[in-house]
Amino acid sequence: MSNATVIVAAQQPFRRTPVELLDLVRSHRRVTVAALLLGLLVLVALLSPVISPHDPLAVNPDNSYLPPLSPGHLLGTDELGRDLLSRILWGARVSLPVALVAVAVGLIGGGTIGMISGYAGGAVDLLLMRLMDALLAFPGLILAIALVAALGPGLRNAMIAIGIVAVPLYARLVRAVVLQLKPMEFIVATRSIGASPLRLVVRHLIPNLVNPIIVQVSLSAGFAILAEATLSFLGLGAQLPTPDWGQMINTGAAFLTNDPWLAIVPGAAISVTVYSFNLLGDALRDALDPRLRT
Amino acid sequence: MTAYILRRLLLMVPVAFLVTVGVFMLIHLSPGDPALVILGEDRTPQAIAAIHQQLGLDQPLYVQYGIWLGHIVHGDWGRSITTHEPVAAAITERLPATLELGIVALVWSLLVAIPLGTIAAVRRGSLTDQVVTGITVAGVSIPNFFIGIVLIFVLSVTLRLFPFGGYVPLLQNPLESLRHVALPAIALGTAGAAINMRFTRSSMIEVLNLDYIRTAWAKGASWRRVVFVHALKNALIPVVTIVGIQIGGIIEGAVVTETVFTWPGVGRLAVESIFNRDYTVVQGIVLLAAFSYMLANLLVDVAYAWLDPRISYA
Repeated sequence: MSNATVIVAAQQPFRRTPVELLDLVRSHRRVTVAALLLGLLVLVALLSPVISPHDPLAVNPDNSYLPPLSPGHLLGTDELGRDLLSRILWGARVSLPVALVAVAVGLIGGGTIGMISGYAGGAVDLLLMRLMDALLAFPGLILAIALVAALGPGLRNAMIAIGIVAVPLYARLVRAVVLQLKPMEFIVATRSIGASPLRLVVRHLIPNLVNPIIVQVSLSAGFAILAEATLSFLGLGAQLPTPDWGQMINTGAAFLTNDPWLAIVPGAAISVTVYSFNLLGDALRDALDPRLRT
Repeated sequence: MTAYILRRLLLMVPVAFLVTVGVFMLIHLSPGDPALVILGEDRTPQAIAAIHQQLGLDQPLYVQYGIWLGHIVHGDWGRSITTHEPVAAAITERLPATLELGIVALVWSLLVAIPLGTIAAVRRGSLTDQVVTGITVAGVSIPNFFIGIVLIFVLSVTLRLFPFGGYVPLLQNPLESLRHVALPAIALGTAGAAINMRFTRSSMIEVLNLDYIRTAWAKGASWRRVVFVHALKNALIPVVTIVGIQIGGIIEGAVVTETVFTWPGVGRLAVESIFNRDYTVVQGIVLLAAFSYMLANLLVDVAYAWLDPRISYA
């Protein structure tokens, strides 16, 4: 084995395999709690067609405004007599995929830009980073609202807009890590033994990006759900009759005096979901980088 | 310091240029023809062509951008498509309400964050610390429009302690103005309070471990003196940074809060304009939000260098 190959094998300080990630979840209490909470939410989203007691879209005016704990309607019914529990459970099927798509748009778009920028350097880096600075100059929610206003209201456009907001965050993060890794001996050695740029990126750079990225993914998934709920609350996200939490708060706010649960229950659902993602991001950051633990 | 400020200003130029391009392109990303929105039912081809000529939409895109930028630089932000009011005037008219809301929200967030963050840091690892840390994560997880709705339900509808909606200018009746702004400001400031609390806590922990604090303890200074006189002053430097950015982001937070509380500010104007497809007003507000955010970031960097002489930006 040549000297360069030994260095390549020895110096891969941050790489994590899926098994190690599972160990991480097991060994840190806060990570475990957050992962369990999120696992439960994902399960609810997946099983909502099975576990929902009623059709979330079924209108029944005779049953409207039933309070929570009514027979057959645990969380009561809304102004059209639709079962609130079923709508909340189905709402998870709207919110979680939004987070997934928005994070994917941000991660793939921003990750690619950050990788090219950090790897290529020079004029390419300068140009791409000024573009990212321009995107960062817009407050996140304003950018998302402006994009949805331009593209037209709807869940699909909301997901794209929220994803675009996340692009510069991932780009900056990935670029910073790539710049940090580039002069390290194992990367220099990999290059010197003739590895192609593609191999260098796929086999050596991407695995070392896992740690910072999983923290960012968790935090930006929380932001994505919050932003989607905000857009839907404003009428720019999911459109009627989709059972969306933000939109349910918007409708429920009109009946606050007599039927406050119509707004409070979906609000609690959003808060718990975003809390779980933020808690996971926070706990992972502490677990993965103990220097940040204060 | 002057060289640093100049360098930062120069770096802002290309970013500002790209921001204006982005804001200008907003109207061109939009589906549909603005002329159709302006004309409503009266859509003859001649009328559409006249509007295109009036708005410069018949020109090549780069010419349109040049004309638009020229107008923006000269303070002409165009006219509202729906009300025909000058955009700059419409924004200026609503800006005091937004600024009042934003500033009261910020003061509220600091009044909560600094004492709680400090206590959590001093009693690190205690139950109090754990509760404060829990609050910081929860504070950024609860949507501010939901906090607003809960506040309206509890403090306005049920207990009738605060009025719901309505804006009284501060100079007209300060006390009544504060009563009206209290609930929206709490809703808007809660996320900021959580973030500031976190920064105060971590910064305070760092400072409390420094040698000069150990010396103060060794000299027999009371904990009050050590914490409030020696530690807090230095611990608040990073908090200044984040507060500065929050000032720049006032319009962002106001969009939703103003909608919930029917507050007559720039945020509500933005939402109304989106629904009216009044793109010139939306463009103006987005431009204002982006530039105030950029300016706040610049001021924060400068303030940071000024407040902490150890930082060198040579």
